[in-house]
Amino acid sequence: MSAQEIRTHAIDMSSVLRGKEESQHPNETCIKVENLNLFYGEKQALYDINMEMHKKKVTAYIGPSGCGKSTLLRCINRMNDLVDCAKIDGKILLDGENIYDKSVNVAALRRRVGMVFQKPNPFPKSIFENVAYGLRIQGVNDKRVLEETVEKALTGAALWDEMKDRLNDNALGISGGQQQRLVIARAIAIEPEVLLLDEPASALDPISTLKIEELINELKEKYTIVIVTHNMQQAARVSDYTAFMYMGELIEIGTTSELFTNPVKKQTEDYITGRYG
Amino acid sequence: MDNSIIGQHISERFNQELEDIRNKVLMMGGLVERQIQLAVEAYTTGNMELAEQVIKQDNDVDELEVAIDQECTQILALRQPTAFDLRLLIAVIKIIHEIERVGDKAERIAEMAIKLAGIGNKIPHHELEHMSDLVKGMLHDALDAFARMTLENVPDITLMDEKVDREYDNILRQLITRMMEDPRNITQTLDVLWTIRALERIGDHACYICEHLVYMINGEDVRHLSHEELEKRVKMPR
Repeated sequence: MSAQEIRTHAIDMSSVLRGKEESQHPNETCIKVENLNLFYGEKQALYDINMEMHKKKVTAYIGPSGCGKSTLLRCINRMNDLVDCAKIDGKILLDGENIYDKSVNVAALRRRVGMVFQKPNPFPKSIFENVAYGLRIQGVNDKRVLEETVEKALTGAALWDEMKDRLNDNALGISGGQQQRLVIARAIAIEPEVLLLDEPASALDPISTLKIEELINELKEKYTIVIVTHNMQQAARVSDYTAFMYMGELIEIGTTSELFTNPVKKQTEDYITGRYG
Repeated sequence: MDNSIIGQHISERFNQELEDIRNKVLMMGGLVERQIQLAVEAYTTGNMELAEQVIKQDNDVDELEVAIDQECTQILALRQPTAFDLRLLIAVIKIIHEIERVGDKAERIAEMAIKLAGIGNKIPHHELEHMSDLVKGMLHDALDAFARMTLENVPDITLMDEKVDREYDNILRQLITRMMEDPRNITQTLDVLWTIRALERIGDHACYICEHLVYMINGEDVRHLSHEELEKRVKMPR
């Protein structure tokens, strides 16, 4: 619509004033955490966490170091199972199904819930093989299928144009920002439902960070994303919902716009405004 | 909430920056309060020097407005404030605009004082003085609420505006009668009308300041609400 048209057009106020929250995806619960407690040996790291994360939305966890945000994130694909002394009680429901149920196959769960870490961790293989890895271990060896998937995943991770002529180069030779997007491509190649991002941009320069943030914005069209970040502005920029955690407790969760302009709890206010609480 | 909230950041420099902005807003408010005082005095006594002083002082008010605006913009860009800090800066940007407009109104009254002084203004002043006392009180209380960062007096201030509006209507009726009685009075009476109109607008600006304060302190947008609705929202616990 041209500027002239905008000025002379009859205004449909309801569409002009509609909030950002009411986007094309209605809120539908994807992950539900119920009464979750986690202990590392004697020490309790998470206290009675209850929260919901919505489908195809970005939920950010913020809070000071050691508050349990990464621990909570890792619970969502049972990464804490790998920690010997970790003991968990409570439930995490993924599409209504408790992922801590005995019948759940953890490898299958991790295919549905992909994860990207703070430091890019590509395998010492070619770019192509990095992205194709997930499919290969599932037994897919059809060259055409692999090529298609790699192209789709790299395109999805906004990396195809940069990488299409060097797919056989070693993945360790590309920049940190590219490596992180490559790792995201590897995660989305197996088409998970949920992407867990643990400080995905904290080791990157500002431009690479912006590219990752832009990517998150595109990825939420298809995936439910949960991100842990120390950078509050980043949480504010990329997420739809923000959860503030403190000393193992969930203090407050709300829409990002509300939480950053008018938080309900004083602890949240003190943390996000940089006050000593 | 009270005004100590400004000084609780880990960054001492941020505390100072916000404190500095707060002080400048209060300084600006003090200047326009004095402007109104002098302008009305110039009007009632015909003292031209006072009127000139009010007009001159408006430059100081304008300069302060620009300076505070710049400081707020700088903090927004460099510190990316959130929650109360963000609302404080947004509210300050709006409040100083209201204060600046009040300054313009005082200047306007001073100009009318100069215009009417030569002709011998025959309209009695006591009603106008009463109205000016009311709006000065409103502005003073609004600035006081900003200084202390509390909303207790806000409902009283907005209620007072209704009284000011009634006063305005009363004087307006008298002025219309005067103009109808003798059309030769029209020019002079219109000048009186601009003066009381300016006072009435000062009351409105004091109310707008209160609305910005409610946003700043409670995070709620209460613009365009009736007095009753506003009172309800202010008293509602968060």
